[in-house]
Amino acid sequence: MVAEGPGVAVAEPKAPASSLSAEIQIDLYRQMVRIRRFEEKSAQAFMRAEIKGFCHLYIGQEAVAVGALAALEPRDAVITAYRDHGIALARGTPARACMAELLGKKTGCSRGMGGSMHLFHRANHFYGGHAIVGAHTALAAGLAFAQQYENTGGITLCFLGEGAVNQGVFAETLNLVSLWKLPIVFLIENNDYAMGTSVSRSSAGLPLVNRASAFDLAGRTANGMDVEDVRKKVAEAVSLARTEHLPTLLEVSTYRYRGHSMSDPDTYRTKQEIEEWKKRDPILLYREKLEERQVLLDALAKQIDGEARAEAQDALTFAEESPEPDLDLAFSLLFSPEDQIDPILRPRYSDI
Amino acid sequence: MAKITYRQALNQAMAEEMERDPSVFLIGEEVAEYQGAFKVSQGLLQRFGAKRVLDTPISEAAFSGLAVGAALYGLRPIVEFMNWSFSFVAFDQLVNNVGSLRFMSGGQFNLPMVIRGPSGGGTQIGATHSHCPESWFAGVPALTVVSPAFPDDAKGLLKSSIRSNNPVFFFEGERLYGMEGEVPDGECLTPIGQARVCREGSDLTIVSGGYATHAALSAAEVLGAEGKEAEVIDLRTIKPYDFVRIAQSVQKTNRLVIVEENKPFAGWGAQIAYDVQHRLFDWLDAPILRVTGLDIPQPYNGSLEAKVLPNGERIIAAARQVLG
Repeated sequence: MVAEGPGVAVAEPKAPASSLSAEIQIDLYRQMVRIRRFEEKSAQAFMRAEIKGFCHLYIGQEAVAVGALAALEPRDAVITAYRDHGIALARGTPARACMAELLGKKTGCSRGMGGSMHLFHRANHFYGGHAIVGAHTALAAGLAFAQQYENTGGITLCFLGEGAVNQGVFAETLNLVSLWKLPIVFLIENNDYAMGTSVSRSSAGLPLVNRASAFDLAGRTANGMDVEDVRKKVAEAVSLARTEHLPTLLEVSTYRYRGHSMSDPDTYRTKQEIEEWKKRDPILLYREKLEERQVLLDALAKQIDGEARAEAQDALTFAEESPEPDLDLAFSLLFSPEDQIDPILRPRYSDI
Repeated sequence: MAKITYRQALNQAMAEEMERDPSVFLIGEEVAEYQGAFKVSQGLLQRFGAKRVLDTPISEAAFSGLAVGAALYGLRPIVEFMNWSFSFVAFDQLVNNVGSLRFMSGGQFNLPMVIRGPSGGGTQIGATHSHCPESWFAGVPALTVVSPAFPDDAKGLLKSSIRSNNPVFFFEGERLYGMEGEVPDGECLTPIGQARVCREGSDLTIVSGGYATHAALSAAEVLGAEGKEAEVIDLRTIKPYDFVRIAQSVQKTNRLVIVEENKPFAGWGAQIAYDVQHRLFDWLDAPILRVTGLDIPQPYNGSLEAKVLPNGERIIAAARQVLG
């Protein structure tokens, strides 16, 4: 099923009838709804100035995170860019810890030091949440390198936006992972816009998956509005990484309904374009599909939605009621305690 | 104890630590098959194999970022830059990622890594290859900056740095690689953050680091012949530096000259001068003077470069001024 030469964009086959169990299908649906409701709650909290700084919503892209992470094992590593709420939630970071981080609270998954763009959760092998475009792709190579070095059998899944593909470090990294046959999948979430610059205005040699061929990576595409297609294509790429140590560049087409961030006036695209994409909404389409398959009945759909809304509200309430971190906590996080050499005296130069 | 070079001392440190801890690996340009551009990694490929001694493409951003990812996962990378001047194409990785990830993740991840390589001028390789960027990196809160001046400290500090659970930026003097000195054969761990008194004296304190320490020592000999005894303190660790040891000396001599190869504006000597005037104002009998690299790019011309670097002539002039 993956016999095509590296770097060749493969035409999408017609979606076959799902071989997934009903439980898995319902869970895929539930995870997408959870993210949607969480992000709507985040938007409200941002509008009320409870969330400060930047806040990049995942609304419209839910099928990418949910489909991709459904194809991983717990030992696998996950890393992404700054549009990270959905990926953190889908990887298992509790909604409370995510929302508390968005509000900068001590109970946040990064203890209030990272914010919206820098969610981390070590227990789940979730390595962040990175805000310098493209820079984390090299880190991803290092995670895969370490997995190979330690022979863990794990692989690394690295999400990146399509805007990241023109960063030099990404090209350097693709070369390295191919040269060293690292167990890694680079998943480009192509939502068409790097902030306000469309992919056609920023990138030569489209489609982006073509860039796999320069470095002899497997090149694949997936429909990011179809959670099962994402799951299937990521599973194939993961299998290549795990069993053959062949890295993949997977281009997933998707769309964000909201602006680049909450402070984006969204003047670079038409309302009509957004409305057209909303007709392909991943949650809506999947609900229809599951109803056709009689996997998801109306009552269950309503229940899932109600639980997701309650979870998002609970997360926000928890975050609102959580304490602020203090400066002593912040300083305590700067250095790791030493255990192989004597402690190092670390003055705060500002206090001298 | 054996008399070996600074280069061999570094090599011993890496070999001993790689022997001791299988999570330590070396990555960089020409570190494996070529045996190191300056032969610091000589023999390591043969001893530890290609899994742990890795030649990279000329991709500083990617291989330093890769090392950061490996450190996040729990390995202990040693990254060699062929020259610290080449680190700037990886500046984002070094400042944003090495400098922030532990903190920004709420302390979930450690970054036990050493970034090392030769730095500094004096070899007539022009402005782009002659930087001494200690102070640039010392300006990043999470980074530890080390700069050994002698072979024994080169070994002891590198071993300590590899064992540290925090990222250490390790500046080797390109002009020091061939310097010989007595170095302990086995275990020697120079503590990070402690200075060393290289020469005792009661008339004047000279604080320096890296190659500049040798310029300071030469200048001190000239001053000694004039009857003025300078106490020379080699910092060894630039950040966090050993204020206590400097204070003990300044309380004895009441005069301070700081010698560093960094450019003058906001070089680490400025921080030390600030701290000393702030905390020891009443102990000073003269203004603190700094001798630094001159504030221009490094010229290729040899006699000009010698003037741009902190040199004996300027150190002696500063010392005489401070001594009144």
